[in-house]
Amino acid sequence: MRHRKRRNGAQELTSVEQVAGNGLLHRRALLGRGIMLAGAMGTGVGASGASAAAEPLKNDPWSLETGSVLPPYQAPSHFEKDVIRTRSNPDNEFRTSHARTPHHLLQGTITPNGLFFTICHSGLPDIDPAQHKLVIHGLVKQPLVYTVESLARYPMVTRVHFLECSGNSAPMFSNEPVQANAQALHGLVSNAEWTGVLLSTLLEETGIDPKAKWLLAEGADSPSLHRSVPIKKALDDAMVALYQNGERLMPGTGYPMRLLLPGYQGNMNVKYVRRIKLIDQPAMSLYESKTYSQILPDNKMWLFHFTQEVKSFITHPSFGLTLKGTGFYELSGIAFSGNGRIAKVMVSADGGKSWAQAALEEPVLPKAFTRFRMPWRWDGTPAVLQSRAWDEAGNVQPTRAEFVAARGQTEKPVASPLGFPNQHYNSITSWGIGKNGEVKHVYV
Amino acid sequence: MSMCKAGALACVLVVAGATSPRAETPGLGQPITEADITAWNIDVLPDGTGLPPGSGTAKQGAAIYAQKCALCHGEKGVNPARGTGPLVGPSRFDRIDTMKTVPYYKYATTLFDVMRRAMPYTMPKTLSNEELYALSAYILALNKIIGEDEAMDAKTLPQVKMPNRDNFIVWDPDKIGYEPVRPPGPAMR
Repeated sequence: MRHRKRRNGAQELTSVEQVAGNGLLHRRALLGRGIMLAGAMGTGVGASGASAAAEPLKNDPWSLETGSVLPPYQAPSHFEKDVIRTRSNPDNEFRTSHARTPHHLLQGTITPNGLFFTICHSGLPDIDPAQHKLVIHGLVKQPLVYTVESLARYPMVTRVHFLECSGNSAPMFSNEPVQANAQALHGLVSNAEWTGVLLSTLLEETGIDPKAKWLLAEGADSPSLHRSVPIKKALDDAMVALYQNGERLMPGTGYPMRLLLPGYQGNMNVKYVRRIKLIDQPAMSLYESKTYSQILPDNKMWLFHFTQEVKSFITHPSFGLTLKGTGFYELSGIAFSGNGRIAKVMVSADGGKSWAQAALEEPVLPKAFTRFRMPWRWDGTPAVLQSRAWDEAGNVQPTRAEFVAARGQTEKPVASPLGFPNQHYNSITSWGIGKNGEVKHVYV
Repeated sequence: MSMCKAGALACVLVVAGATSPRAETPGLGQPITEADITAWNIDVLPDGTGLPPGSGTAKQGAAIYAQKCALCHGEKGVNPARGTGPLVGPSRFDRIDTMKTVPYYKYATTLFDVMRRAMPYTMPKTLSNEELYALSAYILALNKIIGEDEAMDAKTLPQVKMPNRDNFIVWDPDKIGYEPVRPPGPAMR
């Protein structure tokens, strides 16, 4: 596509390649991504060119007075007071509490600890790390007890991984699109850098009876929440995590220690882990037998659907945001897969009629958020924005039609985005842009 | 950890074959006996492993339920408080958003286990073994999975054939190394 634009009174020819319908531009049009087309150099790909002249500059109060004292532990600027988690149970009634991550207000890939999603089935426990113990027993050669202090002396690993509730995105099982933002639809996934001791290191010390096929991991919280984990996973990349993004875990994410099972459904990553028991059969705990099992369309149910499958969604722009005028926008979003690295993300601006490949921010890590970006020029006509991800194992995020055919949808519209009609939704999210720039949640 | 790049399993085997099994690790785990883990060792497995002595019937369970469970779970397991799931419901799951109640469970041991560790919600781990068996019997009888007069104990509970048992598909058995659970043979009924 070639077009003329006016800048600083001079006529300049800008040549930018449109790669898919409704104004998707080639990803190399993003700044800092190698060769720009000659005509676009230095001017970006902005097309509106309609900005009014800026006001004369003046000194603001904060440039003229001394600042305040530094806090010992800093919090975000008070201007960021709306960048918070949404809570499903603010009065701590006798039921599960969810706090969802505001993806539409964040950038990059690391979720800040204060905004990391939390689900507690019985409130936040207040655990004294000096008293907390982790016992490993059952089908081992020698049962052993570890403390926070003793684990601190073990060889540690640091790895970036996402954590996703298998009920994340569940409102999208609705047969009609629930009008809710990325936080409400997808806020039960977050991504962090975890540091801890590999479980295999501790199992070397206890020894493993060959009869052990599973382990159960149990928390120190009041429901003593427990889940069964295949030994195969425990010896692969399971970690007893102590640190999150450099600091100790938050109470909502398992302080003082949690099991981390990269790529596996969130609930299995048992928080406050106090007991690991090697067993010869799965325990069939409530959460694996019922809550996080899923119903298929034909009176069949999936048991042990552990892996969080490949998923992506656009965060910028997304529901609730309004485009202010035509012209250049950078579309961006998050992609991840419990099966490994993200291989590719395709983006569409015309509801899936045509697609173009997005740029992936490095490093692209296994079982971790990857940020994708895509340059787009909005011409003011209705558009439908979508992203679709592939992982390195060859899995592709299903279209809605493919997903519904295999896993079904509700017969009636889902009334609340807080509901969980079913588990493990990973199809495409579509944001419909109206002529007025308003962004809605749509199905195509 | 670089020497373990070939995989943690290989690492375990190498270390197990060495003269000093803890040569590569700090060895700061404190030995403990299974007897001293008893207070925490409360899980019940589908084949009945972990079930304590004791027994109870639905009739005994009804009074305990009314006192300790009905506030949240509703009288006779229906019409629960907000955010609490009902305990009684259909045993067919024709819609993908069918409410999952006790008949969803593959094994009856799941019911005993979750009550033992997590209930009552504000006073977990306070139910006696007799109460747990009686409540298990009551809730199973409300769902017409067992009869009103059947006693539940360490032998009978794992033998209860749950109505939804054969409808589960293991998602990816090869990937997770699944081996099916075989509870004790058919129920006496």
